Amino acid sequence: MQKIVGLTGDEAVAYAAKQSSVDVVAAYPITPQTVIVEQFAQYVANGEVHTEFVCVESEHSALSACIGASLTGARVFTATASQGLALMHEMLYIASSLRCPIVMAVANRALSAPINIYADHSDMMGSRDSGWIQVYAEDAQEAYDWTLQAFDIAEKDNVMLPVSVNLDGFTISHSMEGISVLEDDAARKFLPPRPISYIVDPDRPITIGAGNNPEYYFEFKRQQEDALRRSSKAVLETARKFGAISGRKYGVLDTYGLEDADVAMVGLGSCMGTVIEAARRLRKKGAKVGAIKLWLYRPFPERELLRTLEGLKSLVVLDRSCSFGAPNGALCSDILSTLYSTNLKLKISNVIYGLGGRDMTVPMIEAIYRRALRQKKQPLKRDVRFVGVRE
Amino acid sequence: MSHKPGWRELPIGGHLYETGSSLKYKTGSWRTFRPILDRAKCTRCLLCWIYCPEPSIKRTEDVVEIDYDFCKGCGICAAECPVKAIQMVEER
Repeated sequence: MQKIVGLTGDEAVAYAAKQSSVDVVAAYPITPQTVIVEQFAQYVANGEVHTEFVCVESEHSALSACIGASLTGARVFTATASQGLALMHEMLYIASSLRCPIVMAVANRALSAPINIYADHSDMMGSRDSGWIQVYAEDAQEAYDWTLQAFDIAEKDNVMLPVSVNLDGFTISHSMEGISVLEDDAARKFLPPRPISYIVDPDRPITIGAGNNPEYYFEFKRQQEDALRRSSKAVLETARKFGAISGRKYGVLDTYGLEDADVAMVGLGSCMGTVIEAARRLRKKGAKVGAIKLWLYRPFPERELLRTLEGLKSLVVLDRSCSFGAPNGALCSDILSTLYSTNLKLKISNVIYGLGGRDMTVPMIEAIYRRALRQKKQPLKRDVRFVGVRE
Repeated sequence: MSHKPGWRELPIGGHLYETGSSLKYKTGSWRTFRPILDRAKCTRCLLCWIYCPEPSIKRTEDVVEIDYDFCKGCGICAAECPVKAIQMVEER
């Protein structure tokens, strides 16, 4: 039996971390993530968990401590956002390269300057090439569910990679929802203790993080890329296993209305709930529109995405970050390069929205759908628009 | 050239399940300046042995010995030596 409890996104993530029997948490507070580790510290203080909680002096140190702990075989969790993630940047690569199955919640927030604490995806997109598995939640329920699933994915012996669970700052992190939570026993059964991959024993020392010159480095990067690519299969396996106990179906992406849609919108995170509501309203009036919500952003789910695009005439790609100077937003660039090798001929337009917490409303999305429905052919120049910005 | 393993054959994450691999990797070729010890001046205070970060100063029966297979020529020993018994000479 699952019970429904009122939790904010941050609290839901902390609750999932608690149910994951995490061995070590090392973290540094930053809005809008703070509540996650604050709540977790409360669990530690109350004796509800047997977790080593390491208070550190910066996010760089937080992830460094997590890496050290993870390499000893511990199950490790941390959380951050925005500037904190940026400060971790160096260590993000080390965590993935040393194959540490760390789970980190990222309460997505804009990057300075100007300083802004509200949601956008600039923080994680700035680290998208760091070799982490990256999932995006649409609401607090998904943030809870993905946090539990993330450990299972990360720790599979053919994966051994860190996972970031992204939840939009405030929109998800600070909004309270009724969340269906697993019984502690069910969570424990879903997520037994981390499998042991090697023993750390002073009598039988091993070397971790040895220097690699041009003769070896390339091979390790190739190996890492292979592991990250193959991890999408692990995501599907975990989703099946989680679906069986929770009744909630996950995968690499979710779709709405695609069975007959001419126009679809694709994006990440909390905005997809608003997109689906706008699509629902338009469909009631007979417009053939749909939506694709990507749960998994890295590894990029090319195969599954292409399958959803068959039959579409037009696709609008929503990017909640600006890839300064690039031809398109980050997500749109991924989709365009995925499409290039196919025979699919559909119009692609890119919308940059919601920077620094700017609202994306149902009427705004309806207007984007209508424009795409009207559009007869692909313009020769790139079709990138900033929606919601004052001209 | 000996066979080097491909990416599928290497342990994940570059973890080495043995120790002492740095002994196989001689860093002496990095050196630009070579420390030369004047054994007559040496007082056996062992400050060079303490400060050498490599460590490439070996204690011996009489004075000390410099291990040129690994010494990178940083010059810390010469700078720390209180009696100036170590001179840094450019490698040729």
